[in-house]
Amino acid sequence: MAETLDLSIYVTRQGDGTAHLDLAIEGIDCAACIDEIEGGLCRLPEILDARLNYTNHRLAVEWRDGAFSPTQVVEELGRLGYRAHPFRAKLVEEEETRRARWLLKCLAVAGFASMNIMLLAVSVWSGNVTDITPETRDFFHWLAALIALPAIAYAGQPFFQSAMSALRNGRTNMDVPIVIGILLALGVSVFETINSAEHTYFDSVVMLLFFLLCGRYLDQAMRRKTRAVAGNLASFRAEVAHRIADNGEIVLMPTAAVKTGDRVLVRPGERIAVDGIVLSGSSDVDESLVTGETAHRAVRADSQVYAGSMNHNGTLTVRVTAAGKGTLLDEVERLLENAAAAKSRYVQLADRVAKIYAPVVHTAAAVTALAWIATGASVHDALLTAIAVLIITCPCALALAVPVVQVVASGALFRAGVFLNAGDAFERLAKVDTIVFDKTGTLTLPTMSVTNAGDVAPGQLEAASRLALSSRHPLAAAVAQMAHDRRPYDAVTEEPGQGVRTIVDGMEMRLGSPAFCGAQDIAEQVASTDPMASVIAFSWGGERSVLLVRQALRPDAAAVVQNLREQGFDCRILSGDRPEAVAPIAAMLGIASWRGGCKPSDKIEALDALKAEGRRVLMVGDGLNDAPALAAAHVSLSPISAADLTQAHADAVFLGDRLKPVQDTIDIARRAHRLMRQNLGIALVYNLIAVPLAFLGFVTPLVAALAMSGSSTLVTLNALRARGRIAEPRSDAAQSHVVPVTQGA
Amino acid sequence: MEVLIYLVPMALLLGLTGLAAFMWSLKNGQYDDVQGAAVRVLSDDDIRK
Repeated sequence: MAETLDLSIYVTRQGDGTAHLDLAIEGIDCAACIDEIEGGLCRLPEILDARLNYTNHRLAVEWRDGAFSPTQVVEELGRLGYRAHPFRAKLVEEEETRRARWLLKCLAVAGFASMNIMLLAVSVWSGNVTDITPETRDFFHWLAALIALPAIAYAGQPFFQSAMSALRNGRTNMDVPIVIGILLALGVSVFETINSAEHTYFDSVVMLLFFLLCGRYLDQAMRRKTRAVAGNLASFRAEVAHRIADNGEIVLMPTAAVKTGDRVLVRPGERIAVDGIVLSGSSDVDESLVTGETAHRAVRADSQVYAGSMNHNGTLTVRVTAAGKGTLLDEVERLLENAAAAKSRYVQLADRVAKIYAPVVHTAAAVTALAWIATGASVHDALLTAIAVLIITCPCALALAVPVVQVVASGALFRAGVFLNAGDAFERLAKVDTIVFDKTGTLTLPTMSVTNAGDVAPGQLEAASRLALSSRHPLAAAVAQMAHDRRPYDAVTEEPGQGVRTIVDGMEMRLGSPAFCGAQDIAEQVASTDPMASVIAFSWGGERSVLLVRQALRPDAAAVVQNLREQGFDCRILSGDRPEAVAPIAAMLGIASWRGGCKPSDKIEALDALKAEGRRVLMVGDGLNDAPALAAAHVSLSPISAADLTQAHADAVFLGDRLKPVQDTIDIARRAHRLMRQNLGIALVYNLIAVPLAFLGFVTPLVAALAMSGSSTLVTLNALRARGRIAEPRSDAAQSHVVPVTQGA
Repeated sequence: MEVLIYLVPMALLLGLTGLAAFMWSLKNGQYDDVQGAAVRVLSDDDIRK
């Protein structure tokens, strides 16, 4: 197409006459891509800099402003074989990146301090049993204090801030006992240093902080990674619209730049990118992504159309509206709000542990102090022992137990083609006992395919599919998928609303409606075998044939559903499509409990009923009509082809044409959850051994150091098992199936 | 043991230099693309004519 995409809203201009564009790149799979992309772009004149970030697959390009349009950059990348999508970092993502950097800085300071203090501490420990003089020991203790105090003031900030904000809101969290422990231990150590005592706890405190920060950083790194992936996917899916300018000119621009009140042209075979009211034209639209309904709806002037619908056979002019009152979107949004509010805030495992943990630890420390005083020890010794209890129980292993498992398990999910939206989804996924599927686009493939290919002569099928390449009709697109020879025929003319025709080998070839091809008799006969399918006819000279096109099941749907049922999951279907369309699918999958014709509110009611029975529901859905149900379910999954709003409310998104990721997700989450509990168990056993020792006063700083690093290492090593057996390579799922739904470009 | 009076601070100074170097590299964006850095070392664009 000659028209070009107007990308100017994505370009940022620096004051010095350079323009900057960020792009998310698809199809980067090897190191050579870096050279190809950067080298290829730098050959363009006036390009100042092109830098690819291999970690998050983003490219930053800078050029002298005015030298060329940003579209040329995208086109050049297309020539090099990479799809590029303009990208604008979301505020949340920038915030996450900034926070990760800050945590890394704190981690570096804590690491530096703990190593240097350990150097001094080890000297004191070995000196205490040999011949260290009190002067040298004091000197070392003062040096340690000099390092520890500023280091903790800096590196402890994440904990101080979080504890303060919790206290200000009248709550406590894990950070409150941590901060109390740190401050008390620090205070006692300074006091002991002033009094030239033998033991200080500077090394324990700083090491504790170091391990805690490791846990925090890993947690943050995972959240940042999922955000970056989600940001890239969103830009891959960014749609474009043909805006009709005031002077009647048609401009192709990203949907994000279209404003309410604009007029937009939608051609046959395009996905409608905006919500709006039809001004002129009439057509059939396929709203399966919006409502799950597979039968087409006729629209004419003044009809409401929704973003995500596929326009079939007529050209429409649409006026863009914000979500109007009384429309489907309005209802979906209202239900979403209710569902999100009603969803009882799930308390994470670590938070529940923290809730019990803080009072137990503080009671233990207080009991220790009282017991020591009661048995005749000095107040000084009693306090020192109590603080040893506080330090030894500080949740080093506890802080690492959950985040390390999350990081390793999300890596395993990533390899299985699943992206997490919510970090706490593992625990919720692991508890699922009922799985509710949507039908259209979830159990079935989001695109149509030919179902009776076997009944048609191979030569005819090949010719028909090659001719279909020239048509923009959605049914033709399904036929075109079958083409082995991807070169379209020459001189193809399209008859709007009827089909395409051309002359091949001196004979006329037609593809389109049965009437257009003169094949009504065969069409009736073939259509009777499958009343749900759409019919498309083909004629070449005297030969005629009829193809049936419909949404097919995902290739492994039957196997996966059967497998899940064997594992004891209760599988159900809730679909917005007509019951007649749902029944055969349910029968094929062997699912006994299914419902068709569900409105979004019906789906929520059904989920609430399941919830009332005490079930934990995993909802798998893709349509806009599923979004409230996804938000209301205990945990939710979406295929990558889902509507934007729906994806935003799913806890995880899976790639590819297969349903297997649903099962993988549950398996990995269950394994991860088991390991989290094991890790918490390890931390508990450690405390059961360490606390009595500390209570009896056996815990010197040396013992504390060994115990803390030992338990942290054990927990980390155990977490690595969340990786699981390396499954068969799934690189195909990770790359080739990212089918962008950019339309019209 | 008087030697400790300047040896230990020297050790600390060395450690601080390391910390400063890390902070600088972080600020310089060297940790923004760790996977890229691992593969870029193999590219030989520096000997391009």
